[in-house]
Amino acid sequence: MAHFIDRRLNSKGKSTVNRQRFIRRYKQQIKEAVSDSISKRSVTDVDSGEEVSIPTRDISEPVFHTGKGGRREQVHPGNDQFTTGDRIKRPPGGGGKGGAGEGDASNEGEGQDEFVFEISKDEYLDLLFEELELPNLQKNQLDKLVQYETYRAGYQTDGVPANLDIVRSLKGSLARRIALTSGKKKRLKALEAELAELKADKHDHQLRIIELEKEIAELKKAIARVPFIDTFDLRFRNYEKRPKPTSKAVMFCLMDVSGSMDQATKDIAKRFYILLYLFLTRTYKNVEVVYIRHHTQAKEVDEQEFFYSQETGGTIVSSALKLMDEIVRDRYDAKEWNIYAAQASDGDNWADDSPLCSDLLLQRILPAVRYYAYIEITERQHQSLWREYQKIAEVRDHFAIKHIQSVEDIYPVFRELFRKNVARPQGVA
Amino acid sequence: MAVSPPKRKRGVKPLSDGPDWSFELLEQYETEIDRVAKHYGLDIYPNQIEIITAEQMMDAYASVGMPINYSHWSYGKKFISTEQHYRRGQMGLAYEIVINSDPCISYLMEENTITMQALVMAHACYGHNSFFKGNYLFQTWTDASSIIDYLVFAKNYVAKCEQRYGITEVENILDSCHALMNYGVDRYKRPQKISIQEEKERQKERENYLQSQVNELWRTVPKGEQGKLPQERRFPQEPQENILYFIEKSAPLLEPWQRELVRIVRKVSQYFYPQKQTQVMNEGWACFWHYHILNHLYDEGKVTDRFIMEFLTSHTGVVLQPEYNSPYYSGINPYALGFNMFMDIKRICTDPTDEDKEWFPEFAGSDWLETVHFAMKNFKDESFISQFLSPRMMREFKFFAIEDDERENFLTVSAIHNESGYRNIREKLSAQYNLSNLEPNIQVYNADIRGDRSLTLRYIPQNSIPLAKSSKEVIKHLHRLWGFPVILEVDEDNNVPYVLERCPAE
Repeated sequence: MAHFIDRRLNSKGKSTVNRQRFIRRYKQQIKEAVSDSISKRSVTDVDSGEEVSIPTRDISEPVFHTGKGGRREQVHPGNDQFTTGDRIKRPPGGGGKGGAGEGDASNEGEGQDEFVFEISKDEYLDLLFEELELPNLQKNQLDKLVQYETYRAGYQTDGVPANLDIVRSLKGSLARRIALTSGKKKRLKALEAELAELKADKHDHQLRIIELEKEIAELKKAIARVPFIDTFDLRFRNYEKRPKPTSKAVMFCLMDVSGSMDQATKDIAKRFYILLYLFLTRTYKNVEVVYIRHHTQAKEVDEQEFFYSQETGGTIVSSALKLMDEIVRDRYDAKEWNIYAAQASDGDNWADDSPLCSDLLLQRILPAVRYYAYIEITERQHQSLWREYQKIAEVRDHFAIKHIQSVEDIYPVFRELFRKNVARPQGVA
Repeated sequence: MAVSPPKRKRGVKPLSDGPDWSFELLEQYETEIDRVAKHYGLDIYPNQIEIITAEQMMDAYASVGMPINYSHWSYGKKFISTEQHYRRGQMGLAYEIVINSDPCISYLMEENTITMQALVMAHACYGHNSFFKGNYLFQTWTDASSIIDYLVFAKNYVAKCEQRYGITEVENILDSCHALMNYGVDRYKRPQKISIQEEKERQKERENYLQSQVNELWRTVPKGEQGKLPQERRFPQEPQENILYFIEKSAPLLEPWQRELVRIVRKVSQYFYPQKQTQVMNEGWACFWHYHILNHLYDEGKVTDRFIMEFLTSHTGVVLQPEYNSPYYSGINPYALGFNMFMDIKRICTDPTDEDKEWFPEFAGSDWLETVHFAMKNFKDESFISQFLSPRMMREFKFFAIEDDERENFLTVSAIHNESGYRNIREKLSAQYNLSNLEPNIQVYNADIRGDRSLTLRYIPQNSIPLAKSSKEVIKHLHRLWGFPVILEVDEDNNVPYVLERCPAE
C-alpha cells in the first residue's frame, strides 16, 4: 500500500537560496575573513574556494532560555558509586551538565567558537572583488577587436543556394498556395456538389450541367496555375558577424629585486600581484603571467625565482621596462592580448634612469597596455621615480600609482585602484 | 486485541538480504512489514516513501525536516554547518526523516543497505506513522492532512512579500519571530483545521479585519471622561503565554503582511510543539515496533540470519545508553529510554513480578498489545514516565538524581535507584521532560494602551533559575515587532517584580 518515489534525480541544491541568504546577511564578516585570507595564497592558485570563519556569537539566533544558577535537578543513568546524600565536588565549567537535559536550554551556548565553513571559488572571488571593475575596460574593449564570430541572425529573402532553408521556404509556399487557392477551392467544392446533385436528379438539367462543368474546368485550371513554389517563397538563412572581444590576457609582474628590497617588501608585492591575477581571471578566460625582475639588468623568470631568489645590485628600472616592451612586441600582440602590468618597487632608482623610464612608458608601453599599476612599497621619502610616474599618471588615466607602507594597505589600495565608477585620485597615496 | 505469536514455518523462502536494495525488493519488504504491522493492529496514515541522496538529506535537515519551507538565512546556516560536519566525518546523517503528514512522507537514504531500509520502513513508516496518527497530542494539535499545503502557502507568501517589500524587510520580521518561536504556541486552545484555499481567502479577510481592529484599539482621543475608565484594568486582561499570537493580533504598527508572517511562524511552531513533548515516547514506540516487526519476520523465516544480525547490530547501537561517566554520555538517550519502557510495559503485562503487581495493579498481567497502544495514545513524555517507569527500569538504568544548587559549592545526590528513591527519581525524570520546566515561563503581562504603549512581559522563575543573557537580544526582537518600548520584568516569589531588561534602554 506504500507509494515509493525516487527523488534522487530531483534537482540538487534546494538549500542554495538559503545558503545565499546566509552569505548575503553575513557579507561583512565573510568579506573580512576573505581579505585576510588572500595573503596565504600562491599567485596562480585560484582553483579553490576559501575556508571562512566568523565568530559564532555574530550569527547566533537568540531565544529565551535559562541561564546558570538557581536550583536544578538532573537524573543520570549508570550509578556506580553514589548513595543518597552523597556530596560531589562541583565539576569545573559550571552547574549541572549542560542545563536541562534535552531541549532548548543549552543548544545556543555562549561560546566564542568560530563558525567555519567553505565558500566556493566563485563566491570567494565575488566577495573579494565586489564593487570593483577593470578600469577602461569598456572604452578600450572595442578599439582592439580583431576576432569576429559568425552567428545566425534570422532569415532573408536572398542568398546563396547553400543557405536555402527548405522547411522555411516550403512553409512560405504552402501559405501562399493556401491563400491564393482556398477561395477557389471552396467554390469548386460547392459546384461539384451541385453538379453531383443535378446528375443524380431524375429531371433533365443538361444546360446547367454544361455550364457547371465549364466553370469547374476553369476553376481547376486557375488552381493549377498557382505555382508550387515561387521565388518569393524562398528563405535563406542569414548570418552576421559580430566582433568578439578577445579573452586572452597577459599580466606582467615587474619587480625590483635589488638589495634594498627585502623579503617582507617582496611579500607585499606578491600579495598585490595575487590580487591582480585573481581579478583578471574574473574577466578573462586565460591569463598568462610574465615575471620580470630586475636590478641593473632585467630578466624573465618563473614564479619561484621571482619571489624567492636573492640578488643584489643597483637599480635601473628602465631595464625591466625595456624587457617588457620587447616581450610584448615579441609574443603578445596588443591587438590580440589584453595586457596588464603591475610594477612593484621600493622607489629606489638610479636618478638619471627615471626620465628614461617615463619616456619608455609614455612612448612604448602605455599605448599597448590596458592598465598599468605601479606600487611603491617604502616607508621612506619618495624619490625621482615616483615624481616621474606622478607626471605620467596625470596625463594617462590607465596608469596608476599607489604607495603602500605595510601589509594592511594592500587590499585597501587595491580596492582604491579598481573602485567602480569613481574617478580615481591620481598620483596621490 | 490478543495476538498469536508468530509460528516458525518450515520451507518459507526468505526475502533476499541484499545488501543492495532495489525498488522491487523494497516493495516486497514493505508488503511483509505491512502485513505484520496489521497483525499487531498498527493504525497508520498511507505511506509515501521517498528515496533521497545524502545531499537531499542535508537539505531536509536544513529546513527543519520539512520537504518544503520558506527561505531564511538560518536554514542556510544550518545547511552549511551540517554539510561541514558531514564532510569532515564528524557526524553521520540520520537514516530517515519522517514527516507527520497525511500521507505520511518518509525519506530513506540512498546508501542504506536493504536491511537498513527495512529497519527504517518498520521504524518510520509504521512506528512513527502510527504514533502520529494515534497520539492524542498530535490529534489535537496538528493537522496531518493540511501541513504540506500550509507550507506551500507559507513559502509562496514569504516569497511574494520578499518581492514586494524587499528581502531585508521580510528577513527582519522573520528573525524576530524566530526569536520568539517557542512562545508562539497555544498550549490549551485547539488550532483550527483549514485547507490552502480557505487559508488564502481567510488571510485576505483577516488582513482587512485585523487592521481595522488595531486602529480601533488605538483610538485614544480623550473624551474628557477619562476618570470613568478603570485605570487599573490591564490589557490583556489575563496574561498571555502565546506572545506571537498577541503580537499578531495586537501589535499596533505591523503591516498586514507582517502580521501574516508572524502567523506563519506561529503556525509552524505550533505544528512542532507535540514533537517536542513526545520525543521519548515517539522514538521508543518506533524502536519497539521495528524490533517486533522484524523479529516477527525472522521468526516466520521471511528474513535471513544475515539480515537479522545486521539489524540487531544497528538496533543495539540505536538504543544504547552510555553511563554518566562514559565519554559518549550526553544525557539520556530518548531511544533507549523509550524503547526499554515500552518493552518493560510488555513484560509487566506478560510476565509480571510481585513488585509490578504492586506498582501497576491496573495493567500488570493484562493484554500487552492493548496496554502499549493505550500508553502510546494517551500520554506525553512527562506523563508517560510518571505513569509507566517501573522500579525495575530504574534499577536497570541505575538512575540517580543530582541536585545542583548554586548556593552550595557541591552537588548532592538526592535520590538513587533504591526503595526509598524510586518515586523520587520517577518524579524528577518526569519533570525533566516537562516542557514548561525547560522553557522559561514568560508571558505578556500588560500593554499600556492608554499611556506610552509599552509592553510588559513577566518572567516567573522556577527554582530561582535566572534568564540567560540572550534575553536582551530577544527583547530587541520583540521591540521590533511591537514598535513601542518593551519591558521584561522578573516576578519572583515574595518579591516585588523588578525590571530585568528594557528596550530601548533608558
